[in-house]
Amino acid sequence: MQAPASSRPGPKAEQIILFRVSGALLAISSASVQEVRSVESLAGISQELPQSAVRKARHAVRRGDRPFYVVNGALHFGLPPAPSSLVFVLRNTRTALLVDGIEKMTSITRLQALSHAFCHEERRWYRGLTSLDQIVVPVVNPDGFLSFEEQTLLDEAFAALNAARAVKTMGDEAPA
Amino acid sequence: MTASTEIDLQSFVLLRLGERRFALSALQIAELVAPSRVFRFPHNTKELEGVILRRGRIVPVCDISERLVGRKLSSRRFYLIATRKYDAGTDWVALPVTGECELITAEMTPPGSSDSPHVAGWIAHDGDVIEVLSLDALTPGPTAKNTPARPGAAPEFAHEVRP
Repeated sequence: MQAPASSRPGPKAEQIILFRVSGALLAISSASVQEVRSVESLAGISQELPQSAVRKARHAVRRGDRPFYVVNGALHFGLPPAPSSLVFVLRNTRTALLVDGIEKMTSITRLQALSHAFCHEERRWYRGLTSLDQIVVPVVNPDGFLSFEEQTLLDEAFAALNAARAVKTMGDEAPA
Repeated sequence: MTASTEIDLQSFVLLRLGERRFALSALQIAELVAPSRVFRFPHNTKELEGVILRRGRIVPVCDISERLVGRKLSSRRFYLIATRKYDAGTDWVALPVTGECELITAEMTPPGSSDSPHVAGWIAHDGDVIEVLSLDALTPGPTAKNTPARPGAAPEFAHEVRP
């Protein structure tokens, strides 16, 4: 007697990007990355935020009504500083993440939740862990780079910078 | 009529950390495995050194020797994989040990008021008095203070999540 064909669908695959931050191998869902740019391409359009109280984010890029903030991945994860070559603009967030570079793109079918033993900021940093070719890689949470409080601080620094610029422009345009 | 004394015997696994032996309830032990590659990634839970991959499961590694014998292990022969209870469920944790482990049966004496929180009790074996360890006190876990809220996060009980 023939066994009935299984109607259970196979595990759903998720496309991910493997990348490095200060040498550490991390993964992010491809769907979370709206754009990958070179660091050089940001140079002309980013504004430095000298009054930023958020050490890991010192630059903003205006896009539409609201700016997004460039987060240094090494500082975010508490790693030694390393030169970055790429920026991931993250979808549905106000974060652009500086990374060393992309390792490769691949897919995963299983994501294991972080053990409860991990009980600090990493719970916000990661969606979970996955194993690829017998290597364990954390999958980052795109919402975990800037908290609401950090975004508020950055918005204030951005507003202060633009207010100062507006005053300077008015001063420059005033008749002598 | 004879008076009888009820003896509450329980099973324990004896583990070795350097020169000292400790015990864990056998009910908490999943397996004893040879050391394998520890994968390290950025995190802020200092008590954990990374994770190992065991039968498709990713298990955090927690060296408890520094708290118990005052120094980290220079060599490790096995990982004792134990189950650790949390409010939201149970997880495995791998404890590096320096020697063979032994399954014994003994009667446990409850801890005294002056004992450290990591002492779940005491057993006598082979002329030694051995601490029975409380993993809850020795290994890290969530507290209201150190668990940041994660908006939109999966429920804490979800051990395995589908992409």
